[in-house]
Amino acid sequence: MHSDPAEIKKSIRTYGIVGGLLLVFTAITVGVNQVHLAVPLAIMVALIIATMKGSMVAAIFMHLNHEKKWIYGALILTVVLFIAVLMLPMLSMSDTIGTPTGIARTVEH
Amino acid sequence: MEIPYTVEPRPDSGLANGKLGIWLFLASEVMLFGALFSSYILLRVGAVEWPHGELNVWLGAVNTVILICSSVTMVVAWAQLKMNNFAKGRGYLILTAVLALVFLVNKYFEYAAHFSRGEGPWHSTFLAIYFTLTGLHGLHIIGGIVVMAYLAGPGAKLWNRNPDQYANRVEYTGLYWHFVDLVWIFLFPLLYLL
Repeated sequence: MHSDPAEIKKSIRTYGIVGGLLLVFTAITVGVNQVHLAVPLAIMVALIIATMKGSMVAAIFMHLNHEKKWIYGALILTVVLFIAVLMLPMLSMSDTIGTPTGIARTVEH
Repeated sequence: MEIPYTVEPRPDSGLANGKLGIWLFLASEVMLFGALFSSYILLRVGAVEWPHGELNVWLGAVNTVILICSSVTMVVAWAQLKMNNFAKGRGYLILTAVLALVFLVNKYFEYAAHFSRGEGPWHSTFLAIYFTLTGLHGLHIIGGIVVMAYLAGPGAKLWNRNPDQYANRVEYTGLYWHFVDLVWIFLFPLLYLL
């Protein structure tokens, strides 16, 4: 993170530009929604734009583009666990315990 | 006894205690919202049909714009304090809190419209997860307003005693605030558009 006042003054301009870009991306998200794309494509486009916006907030506003390694370490662990939590619904979908198919398989064995 | 490493970085981590503390807190917040996003996926994939167009997209978009603007004013508040401009820094902090209040007022109108039609969380699975996610997010907004009001009000006295520590507190509040903005960036398309 910058501590030199001159560097900080320059970064205020960057914050303004990034803020403007975030607003443009928001307008694009709403605009794409008006086109009525197929649901899978609409989900993909909206999530890609949201991820881009989120990365800009994290990198520039939260200064993650130049942070200490302890913070990166904690965040990498968090991202791994976050992905694991998001994957939990997939485990529930592949779970056949209690369904007729699952019982049949159990009896066969 | 004075608490060490509130301003100067620790020799082992290179970070002030508050900085590492707020990031660990945000990590726990990621897991909290992660669990709810996971629930959203589970409910949506398991639903026979998922409603579209139940929410006012324009009101959601306006709230997105408000939160993005508040993130900019928050980071500029910190930058002004680092340049020793206390009055400007405090002004931007107050502006951030005002934008957060406007967000809540919009949310109030949105909630009121739903309840007036009898559409509470009990009405459908979609509205149950909608109220859970936006309600929890709204509580985070209220928490942010309380901290910002303290820092701009009675907490501002710290600037006279220890300006660096005060700037650090504003920075940590900013990190929390940007996280709240980040969560909304994903909530908006998931709930309002898809």
